[in-house]
Amino acid sequence: MTALSAAACPGCLATPVEMPAPPVEDARIALSLPGIHCQACISTVERTLNAVPGVRAARVNLTLKRALIDAAPDVSATDLAALLQGAGYEAHELDADTLAATKTDAAGRALLIRLAVAGFAAMNVMLLSVSVWSGASDATRDMFHWISAAIALPCIAYAGQPFFLGAYRALRARRLSMDVPISLGIVLALATSLWETTLSGHHAWFDAALTLTFFLLAGRYLDHRARAIARSAAEELTALEVPRATRLDHGVETEVPVAALKVGDLVLVRPGGRMPVDGEVIDGRSEIDRSLLTGETLPVFAAPGLLVSAGEVNLTGPLTLRANAVGAETSLHRMAELVAIAESGRANYTPLADAMARMYAPAVHVLSGASLLGWFLATGDLRLSLNIAAAVLIITCPCALGLAVPAVTTAASGRLFRKGLLVKDATALERLAEADCVVFDKTGTLTAGTPDVTNLHDHADALPLALALAQGSRHPLSVALTRAIRAEGIAPAAVTELREIPGYGTEGRLNGQTVRLGRAAWMGAPEDGDTAAWLSTGTGAPLPFRFTDALRDGAQEAVAALKASGKRVILLSGDSEGPVRTLAGRLGIDDWHAAALPADKATLVRRLGEEGVRVLMVGDGLNDTAALAAAHVSISPASALDAARTASDMVLLGTSLAPIADACAIARAATARIRENFTIAILYNCVAVPLAIAGLATPLIAALAMSASSITVSLNALRLGGRE
Amino acid sequence: MTILAWLIPISLSLGAVGLLAFLYTVRSNQYDDPEGDSRRILSDDWDDHPRP
Repeated sequence: MTALSAAACPGCLATPVEMPAPPVEDARIALSLPGIHCQACISTVERTLNAVPGVRAARVNLTLKRALIDAAPDVSATDLAALLQGAGYEAHELDADTLAATKTDAAGRALLIRLAVAGFAAMNVMLLSVSVWSGASDATRDMFHWISAAIALPCIAYAGQPFFLGAYRALRARRLSMDVPISLGIVLALATSLWETTLSGHHAWFDAALTLTFFLLAGRYLDHRARAIARSAAEELTALEVPRATRLDHGVETEVPVAALKVGDLVLVRPGGRMPVDGEVIDGRSEIDRSLLTGETLPVFAAPGLLVSAGEVNLTGPLTLRANAVGAETSLHRMAELVAIAESGRANYTPLADAMARMYAPAVHVLSGASLLGWFLATGDLRLSLNIAAAVLIITCPCALGLAVPAVTTAASGRLFRKGLLVKDATALERLAEADCVVFDKTGTLTAGTPDVTNLHDHADALPLALALAQGSRHPLSVALTRAIRAEGIAPAAVTELREIPGYGTEGRLNGQTVRLGRAAWMGAPEDGDTAAWLSTGTGAPLPFRFTDALRDGAQEAVAALKASGKRVILLSGDSEGPVRTLAGRLGIDDWHAAALPADKATLVRRLGEEGVRVLMVGDGLNDTAALAAAHVSISPASALDAARTASDMVLLGTSLAPIADACAIARAATARIRENFTIAILYNCVAVPLAIAGLATPLIAALAMSASSITVSLNALRLGGRE
Repeated sequence: MTILAWLIPISLSLGAVGLLAFLYTVRSNQYDDPEGDSRRILSDDWDDHPRP
């Protein structure tokens, strides 16, 4: 991306002339601009937006690929998006309220400032220490030690707060975390150094304490940043679904935010729209797609009296609903809350770093305490024994251990992000590496949700008629049929009086006969559970066009690669048996379950978990959310419902499933790298600790061991991100 | 060695200047859009006259 020059960017060769805007303080509108990537894009977009009357300020953020606009209330985001589309840029409206939460990353900023303070202090104290190590003596050495103390004490008091707080919290909960030995090491090092300084001693550990703080903060910051990037990308996905609804007030349509709807309101849902509330259909006929909620692909007929739930998609005709439940009361939200309770799959997972801390922290404390006691008993010199105990703590202090995990997860998440996979959870990579069984949902996950005709050539004579009836409709089956017949190069028949009857199909007249394309029940044909559209030619029995769901990109490869790597693959769908069996056959999955209710899915996943199987669940629907949460680790595609994305550990950003197999491989490599890093850190300790216990460690040796191990660990982690 | 009395405060204050400059950049949101800022400098919009 950086190699692109300004002129190489397609779509913005025009030289910008007008002013780019100052920073936007009070952004009311946010637009996502996935297509921008150069300076000229920035100028063109800002110029276009600023030229709109009512826009006070507009500024593009290229890193986030977003435009923030401060505008008068009468400027609508939809118009601005359309304007940019016209200028050649893909633009989507973002929900500014959802984004507001991440606008300023206060925690990240605080960490960065602490890191800067620690770095500043470490550099200065190190300069003073170098002169002490190279032979400064007497009054000069004392003065240098005093100056170091004056810098180190306030700086550590400020920069070390995350560790002190972490240690305090851990101790209060009566457990040991990595923060405890860190804090103890830092505090003990400072205390003995201060004591040594007052007695004009030879060694002070101020530089070691500061370098330690600096490296550990660097680890923390890396960790935080990787998670902040993932969080902001995940929130952008949520913000892309702007919650709006059309309310009918005495026949007048008004566009309102979903949050403003109340029980009893009349809501109009146009074809293609998603139900914003739970409610009852009071007007209109249509078909609705419940696949995201139940997994069934067969559209359901909707007529007045039918109860619909939020999240279902209206297909053919406009529907008017009376809201029965809104916002947090909708079944969609109640399901999402169930997920929070079902959160059990990972609750008992111990991250590698914590497992390490549990082994490491007691060992360090015992070693340090033993050397204090041993030296005190042997020499009776408290000052010497305290010095040695501090040296042991500083040298064993898990500086490299603190970097071991974040450096690897940062590198691995970065690589996965480039492959189109967003890692939301800090320990998701470790858990993914352990997965030995993959459970796939069918509709919307393995299939793209777009149907394909399977028996086009059974009715070759009727194709022109079918095309004529199908091409006017927006029903997914009609769209698929039109596409397939057009691809054959067939022209439509001359059908007259064409009209779409919402909820049933399309009707017309050909040669004096009434012809119809639509639901089985409308033709008097038998329903057989398969997805089918029936064509009545006016003479003879109606002809069925059968459909199967098109496979999602990369589904075949992902399943094949997962099976090749020895994982068990299970297909678990809420759809009826026929389509599930067909799909399982196509993908070569032997283990499949059809007609599973949401609770069945979660139970199956949980039972597998209890048998000791580490389940990776891949699903997109509301009916999958409980299973996603119950699984050891879970992935959902970007097209999934918000609730499903929230419940899963990783989100697939592209449309292809192929990255899943890669992700498993990368996760295994990352975990191996983490273990290697632990080994490296421990090896360094094995060399340095005997020296420290023997009383031979000087601050110089501590500084060398610490920097060398931290740098080796970071470089080892970088090997992971570099290979493509 | 009296030169140290000058050199140490000077080096410390130079370091402090760097630190303060960094704090200023953090507080004034200069790391919000590193990619965009690196591109904006290529813009020739204000080459002839400053932004009004």
